Amino acid sequence: MRSLFKFHGGIHPATNKAQSNHKPIAQAALPSRLVIPLHQHVGNSAKPIVKAGQHVLKGQIIGAPEGHVSSAVHAPTSGLIAAIDMQPVAHPSGIPDLCITLIPDGHDEWSAREPCADWKALSHTDLRHRLRDAGVVGLGGAVFPSDMKLYSHKHQIKTLVLNGAECEPYITCDDLLMRERAAEILQGAEIMRALLYAEEVLIGIEDNKPEAIAAMRSAVLEGRHERMEVISVPTVYPGGGAKQLIRVLTGIEVAAGVRSTNLGVQCFNVGTAYSTWRAIRHGEALISRIVTVTGHVGQPQNFEALIGTPMDELVAQAGPLPDTRGYIMGGPMMGIRLPSAEVGVIKATNCLIAMSDSLFPPALPALPCIRCTRCVDVCPAELQPQELFWFAQSKNLLKAQEYHLFDCIECGACSYVCPSNIPLVEYYRFAKSEIWAQETSKKAADAARERHEYRELRIEREKQEKADKLAAKEKAALEAKALKSAAPLPPAVEGANVSLCDAPVDADPENTMQLKIQAAIDHAKQQAAVSKPENTEHLTPQQQAEIATIEARRARIRELALSSADEHTKE
Amino acid sequence: MFSALLVMAAIAIALGAVLGFAAIKFHVEGNPLVEKIDAVLPQTQCGQCGYPGCKPYATAIAEGVADINLCPPGGEEGIHKLADLLGVDFKPFGGDTAPKPKAVAFIDENNCIGCTLCIQACPVDAIVGAAKQMHTIIAAECTGCELCVAPCPVDCIDMVAIEENISNWKWKYPVYPLRPAA
Ligand code: SF4
Ligand code: SF4
Ligand code: SF4
Ligand code: SF4
Repeated sequence: MRSLFKFHGGIHPATNKAQSNHKPIAQAALPSRLVIPLHQHVGNSAKPIVKAGQHVLKGQIIGAPEGHVSSAVHAPTSGLIAAIDMQPVAHPSGIPDLCITLIPDGHDEWSAREPCADWKALSHTDLRHRLRDAGVVGLGGAVFPSDMKLYSHKHQIKTLVLNGAECEPYITCDDLLMRERAAEILQGAEIMRALLYAEEVLIGIEDNKPEAIAAMRSAVLEGRHERMEVISVPTVYPGGGAKQLIRVLTGIEVAAGVRSTNLGVQCFNVGTAYSTWRAIRHGEALISRIVTVTGHVGQPQNFEALIGTPMDELVAQAGPLPDTRGYIMGGPMMGIRLPSAEVGVIKATNCLIAMSDSLFPPALPALPCIRCTRCVDVCPAELQPQELFWFAQSKNLLKAQEYHLFDCIECGACSYVCPSNIPLVEYYRFAKSEIWAQETSKKAADAARERHEYRELRIEREKQEKADKLAAKEKAALEAKALKSAAPLPPAVEGANVSLCDAPVDADPENTMQLKIQAAIDHAKQQAAVSKPENTEHLTPQQQAEIATIEARRARIRELALSSADEHTKE
Repeated sequence: MFSALLVMAAIAIALGAVLGFAAIKFHVEGNPLVEKIDAVLPQTQCGQCGYPGCKPYATAIAEGVADINLCPPGGEEGIHKLADLLGVDFKPFGGDTAPKPKAVAFIDENNCIGCTLCIQACPVDAIVGAAKQMHTIIAAECTGCELCVAPCPVDCIDMVAIEENISNWKWKYPVYPLRPAA
């Protein structure tokens, strides 16, 4: 028996998993339309590479990854691209984002896939490219592009942790995935292990999922996976947080601001391992995922839903009930309220909870903090939530940062136990995004300052150069004059100016400049006189009006040019 | 008595020398307060404060001749920061000064005649173009100062407000009613 470690704090909310975990994963019906956001992952938005009206095949790339950290977006089924426009998306702001709307044609016809029977024959770079092109991102909720996490300088990563803890109440999608598709998850883990050069694979599953643990264990035996262990961990929220699970399994404490990879551990969700396998072995892009539909519905169940499936069409298959008050995407602790039920399923949608007043009573009004420090006792990040609240509330952002605001994983354990019903996490989220915004504008201001100072410097330098040139010329002129007065013959030749405008030989530089400009203007006038407009007969009134406006604009520009020329001469 | 005086005088001279040396050795270029104030100004360089740029405004504040509530692009946030820095009270915008939403300039490329006047006006070199060529704005570098708008002879520069989108959206400050005391 492996000895496990503990993390600080944690709570034991009612798990509410039994409602949805007794039925197998169902294939969701093909929806009437798919609304696929182009920004479903961390990093740059994908760039649409299809046009409205175009027919696409299942698995075809419709959004290409752009930049370093980005991921591809695919057509989840064959059909017609109806629109590429701004649509409401599953984001707490309710602000629309660029989406591709696809109307399925019902044939579900695959595009050419590139399966690979022996992935070991592929180079690591090739594997990572395939993952990026298949749009594989972290399915545990962080949606970070997986290829970016699968780098390792040989032997730096010792342990690959597969996260099957699924600690949040209500959610059972990973549970069912592990029960039904254990072998494929483990194959995916083997690919990850190879890419990371990791020695061992530890799979952490909370002990309230005995079926999943059994299924995974027998898959390890059947697949003869070596140095791979399925570990049952105690059920305590938030035991599925990456830092917390790493702590429990390996005893490694990932300190503030340190990446677990620096300590030799990399962590992936079991769903990501499964998608990795499908992408590499079968050449299937990430076009669907398992979604738990639960809460206030008749038949809570897990569905394999296409990305982009409108949430209401998905809920319709689980028996929606009257007086549903809204939907939560994710779990009740860390999830977000959906701005609308019509938004499409995205890669981060692990769970959809229908809310009713009996399941989720409206929040009680908050009371002032009584400094009972219950929140301190449960905080898994070992923070001082009541202090963070104090600083966030008074917008003392600097202090909040000093108290390690950014170590907060927004797990909500503190709000859960707070006897004063303070929505603590909302204050932390507010403070974090405020700090990010300030940092962005500070960076912009610094860049602007630098550019401005450089510009001033440049102008100064140009002025200096001009003055130097002028001085040199003056000196030359003076010398020439002196020479002339000394010996009147032969006449000095004074630069190109002479031939241009027949200036008196002893013109001072200011004067020559003026003459030069005058000559240029005369020249332009001559040109204008010579080039008479042609085809001016038989014009429609419209054409005439057009010509008139153009002439007016020309006149204005000429005026301006003259005035700026005047300015030049004054200088 | 006399020797005591001598000793005191000697000490005074020695300390004075040390101080004098320190003043030369650790001399700080410029006025550090100006730098500090300049650091919290938005660097839009728009001149809406009545000074030819952020640095001159910072200098004026440091000299005590300018108020802290004159910079529209900085918003109330900016006034708060200045108040904190200088240890004075917050002062709301007065008169016709008001905070400005952030915007970037946009050149209508069909009308641009390539006169380069906007390039000469832009304090941060955010416009690219050459004489008689179409000009365009590097939106990422544009501070939204509006200085290029007036010089354009064909009025083809517009200020486009930056709208809230998914990437610049911020969580709002939670407003929860406190339960009235029973
Ligand atoms: S649990 Fe609530 S009331 Fe108690 S110290 Fe924390 S924030 Fe304050
Ligand atoms: S939400 Fe943040 S502060 Fe509260 S318990 Fe979780 S980690 Fe700690
Ligand atoms: S108003 Fe503000 S941004 Fe504009 S120049 Fe003055 S200090 Fe700078
Ligand atoms: S482009 Fe115009 S608005 Fe933008 S910084 Fe330059 S002058 Fe100001």
